[in-house]
Amino acid sequence: MSVTVRIPTPLRTVTGGNATVEVSGSTVGEVVKALDAAHPGIGERLLDGSGQVRRFVNIFVDDGDIRFASGLDTPVWDGATVSIIPAVAGG
Amino acid sequence: MSYVEGLRCRECGREVDIAAVHVCEFCFGPLEVAYDYRAMYKAATREQIAAGPRTIWRYAPLLPELPGTDPADRIDLGAGFTPLVPAQRLGEALGLDDLWLKNDTVNPSFSFKDRVVSVALTAAKRLGFHVAACASTGNLAHSVAAHAAHAGMRAYVFVPSDLEPEKIIAAAVYGPRLVSVKGTYDDVNRLCAEIASEYHWAFVNVNVRPYYAEGSKTIGFEIAEQLGWQLPDHVVAPMASGSMLVKIDKAFTELITLGLVDDRPWRISGAQATGCAPIVAALKDGTGLVRPVRPDTIAKSLAIGNPADGYYALDAVQRTGGWMEDVSDHEIAEAIGLLARTEGIFAETAGGVTVAVLRKLIQQGHITPDERTVAVISGLGLKTIDAISDHVGPAYTIPPGLEDFQVALNS
Repeated sequence: MSVTVRIPTPLRTVTGGNATVEVSGSTVGEVVKALDAAHPGIGERLLDGSGQVRRFVNIFVDDGDIRFASGLDTPVWDGATVSIIPAVAGG
Repeated sequence: MSYVEGLRCRECGREVDIAAVHVCEFCFGPLEVAYDYRAMYKAATREQIAAGPRTIWRYAPLLPELPGTDPADRIDLGAGFTPLVPAQRLGEALGLDDLWLKNDTVNPSFSFKDRVVSVALTAAKRLGFHVAACASTGNLAHSVAAHAAHAGMRAYVFVPSDLEPEKIIAAAVYGPRLVSVKGTYDDVNRLCAEIASEYHWAFVNVNVRPYYAEGSKTIGFEIAEQLGWQLPDHVVAPMASGSMLVKIDKAFTELITLGLVDDRPWRISGAQATGCAPIVAALKDGTGLVRPVRPDTIAKSLAIGNPADGYYALDAVQRTGGWMEDVSDHEIAEAIGLLARTEGIFAETAGGVTVAVLRKLIQQGHITPDERTVAVISGLGLKTIDAISDHVGPAYTIPPGLEDFQVALNS
């Protein structure tokens, strides 16, 4: 399954400035692994020491927050967009 | 004079130079302004503050005013130094002997957001931005649009399309590019986080957030100064992202550090609507995990389902021995009426949440009658008329005759 990952500004130093990266995987966890293989260092920025998504990182598959789905086990599909978004303050 | 040293990650402590960035490149934690407190200690005296303007800028040495900013360059509509009023009648109704209200309904665009926006846009201007922007549940849109108009900046404000019509109009009137987004506030926020990566705009609550958030400290500074440079026993504050509560707590800590008040304990408690209470839930279920929710409440100004500062709000409440509660839409509407009838302050739904939670905390024994308690009333009731339109109205509707009036009066 090929998915497009949208990279937020703070992570673009790791992706050589690229705003999107194409990787493959069948779950969000696999996508993060593939992302880290392609751009070493990105994994530890997204996941904490126990392999969980860091508390200030939000990950969406298309428009769905993975915390409303199955977290890192959330399935992705061919052509899906995975967005990584930092938390935003109040309004 | 600026005492800003740079930015520091609240999670991992990494340091970054002054810039329009809000997230640590390493761990995604929020960046916070780092100050030279030693130098600030010498500059920030009670006398100097008292001699300053009757706005948030009287506390300029304690705010992230960037190096080289001339006071004349501040984007200042006169936010802050709002009344701290003794609330004897509301106190009697709730069973408190020493209740005070921080009346932030009287800010230039009628909510506490003017504090954060004045600080954020002043920093943004210094950082070279010409466009102001925000994701908003209403109040922030009003404030950004108003301050941008005053400063001659262009403004883009993004709001959820289901916002109260009066809130949309009260933003549009200042002439920003108002973008109505079909989604929740959290959807708008997410969109703005992505837009902020693509455009060189000052999103006050995204890329300029470290400066923005510091503006809320002025609520805490003012409470202490207005109590005669003393900290209260207890503060009750509304929580959306949780940032305001966190910054009031930080303000008290800083006042002690700077020797401006005596070191003594205080407690801080948080208020949310039951229809959007992810931070309260994290405290009550004992997990300390803030799980996002899909908001469903009339308190739209607090309807943030994914609160960025939730963890820090939890820390502040637990560290100080405070508590959190949530209240129903019915309780919110009732509390808006109670506040207006007893104290003459007409609050929007967030103020209803705060007063209703205050009542709950007293009933539960989390606040004792003799505690000097301050409730933060963060925005004006005219912004959310719908919330109470079914609850209040004319006592009599009569033809314009004296006899008609007398008949009605005696009926």
